[in-house]
Amino acid sequence: MSEVPVPHEAPPPASLLRQAFANRSFLTGFVITALIAAMALASFVWTPFDITHLIVADRMKAPSWQHPFGTDHFGRDILSMIMIGSRNSIAVAVVAVGIGMAVGVPLGCWAAARGGWVDEALMRFNDVVFAFPALLSAVMITAIFGPGAVNAIVAIGIFNVPVFARVARAGALSLWPREYVLAARAAGKGKVLITLEHILPNIASMLLVQGTIQFALGILAEAGLSYLGLGAQPPMPSWGRMLFDAQTRMMVAPYQAIFPGLAIVVTVLGLNLLGDGLRDVLDPRLRRER
Amino acid sequence: MIAFLAKRIGIGAITLIVASIVVFAVLEILPGDPALLMLGMNATPEALAAMREQMGLNEPVPVRYLGWIAGLLAGDFGRSFTYSSPVIDLILERVVVSLPLALIALTLSTAIAIPVGIFSAARRGRAGDTVSMGVAQLGVAVPNFWFALLLVYVFAVWLRLLPAGGFPGWGAGVWPGLKALILPAVALALPQAAILARVTRSAMLEVLGEDYIRTARAKGMPRRYVLWRHALRNAMIPVLTIMGLQFSFLLAGTIIIENVFYLPGLGRLVFQAITQRDLIVVEGVVMLLVASVVVVNLIVDILYAVVDPRLRIRA
Repeated sequence: MSEVPVPHEAPPPASLLRQAFANRSFLTGFVITALIAAMALASFVWTPFDITHLIVADRMKAPSWQHPFGTDHFGRDILSMIMIGSRNSIAVAVVAVGIGMAVGVPLGCWAAARGGWVDEALMRFNDVVFAFPALLSAVMITAIFGPGAVNAIVAIGIFNVPVFARVARAGALSLWPREYVLAARAAGKGKVLITLEHILPNIASMLLVQGTIQFALGILAEAGLSYLGLGAQPPMPSWGRMLFDAQTRMMVAPYQAIFPGLAIVVTVLGLNLLGDGLRDVLDPRLRRER
Repeated sequence: MIAFLAKRIGIGAITLIVASIVVFAVLEILPGDPALLMLGMNATPEALAAMREQMGLNEPVPVRYLGWIAGLLAGDFGRSFTYSSPVIDLILERVVVSLPLALIALTLSTAIAIPVGIFSAARRGRAGDTVSMGVAQLGVAVPNFWFALLLVYVFAVWLRLLPAGGFPGWGAGVWPGLKALILPAVALALPQAAILARVTRSAMLEVLGEDYIRTARAKGMPRRYVLWRHALRNAMIPVLTIMGLQFSFLLAGTIIIENVFYLPGLGRLVFQAITQRDLIVVEGVVMLLVASVVVVNLIVDILYAVVDPRLRIRA
């Protein structure tokens, strides 16, 4: 029952891009993600108000033309805080995904290439990490090493490692029996070279899709940690922290809780749509099924 | 089947052992002297030394590790410094809140997600599918604690139907207790239901393309019967996998959700213990949670074999 190897031919990049933008999910996700990224970048040079400037007279203002999302208990403009908070969310999630990829992908590729006890050890390591509810361990890590954006990144990053290791391993395992890999081995290429030249380029799309999903999960995790007071510390605004502050004022100022939450939802939704779209475009097998 | 189970139990046991070493090691490297924490800054060196001796802190690390494990297995989780009561009592007091909460949430999410997923798959591409998957896509993106805040605003502040937080204790009666758990359970369940509905739909779609489904329909079996009996059963494997994984998310979710609603559950206990450096409580609760994840995954593995007879032979 041997599987007939199908040569993997990637379509030319230009047509892939055209296909991608014809995909509604990808397009919507791309636009949302681009807008959020633009907002984060813009916040470095301009925000509607200076949030380091506390104007007590303007505290707890409901949304108006001047302050479209209202002001908080210090009189800070919530729109400006959301803009600046987006930097923190994005930075934490990006670096956490980076850590996960940088450690997990080589591990997964190594396990697939080496097999045997290395593979077995990696899978058991994965079992252990997955047995710890991720947020619980993140809470432990940040509580031990102190709250703050950097420790939040590490805590979230650690849980991305087994995810990427698993995806890379599964992808690599399916490629090793392929003919072109066999040919490369017959030609005397080493496992490292084969992994770099043949395996990695062919699992890159899977990793990209997973990266988008983990990015979205990272944003959610960061929001959860900073809601618990374990993420970015005040005065640095973060979406989760804003929600925590808003909670006690829910009765008088519900808008303070609405907008930071919407920011999280829109960002995560955008990334998920982008990931779904990417998967549709990059994985033709799944596309046929839809 | 026996070999399959033995292997899974073995893996579960290894996971637990490694996890216990990790938990013990992490808390071992923590800065801060538990004896000092317990006695306060003004303790005399003699009192400190006596306390360290009494707490067994002078023993070598492997001895303490084995002593801790032996205690856990005997149900002795040690004594909390901050609550000055046995950890096992603290856990038992809170399990009666967290366990019902998790079970209600799991039931809710399954009861919503599986029918929605099947419905969507059966009407792929039509309005019902588009709308429910749109809602699911949105649900995946909603942080559960934000959803919890919205629920509190609508049902507690505005409609005044349900309490905004706190727990009266089961002593106050079943209904007041349940009432306090409704909003937290819904907040935990909906984002999970969104994920589960998506997985159910795609698993169903995969199965509905199989030959035996066409055969069953061609034999004249009613569509509904084919959908619920043939297709669902075969689609259960990925659905069960995700449900197993979600259990761990659910446990983690209780840390945040119990904080939102001020529920005296395990999540809040462990969070407070971490912030107060009450290590012995943290160790005990974390091990309990990890063990429950391992057990649930074992149950999922057994269910695989129940759902799919092929797995019983293949092992």
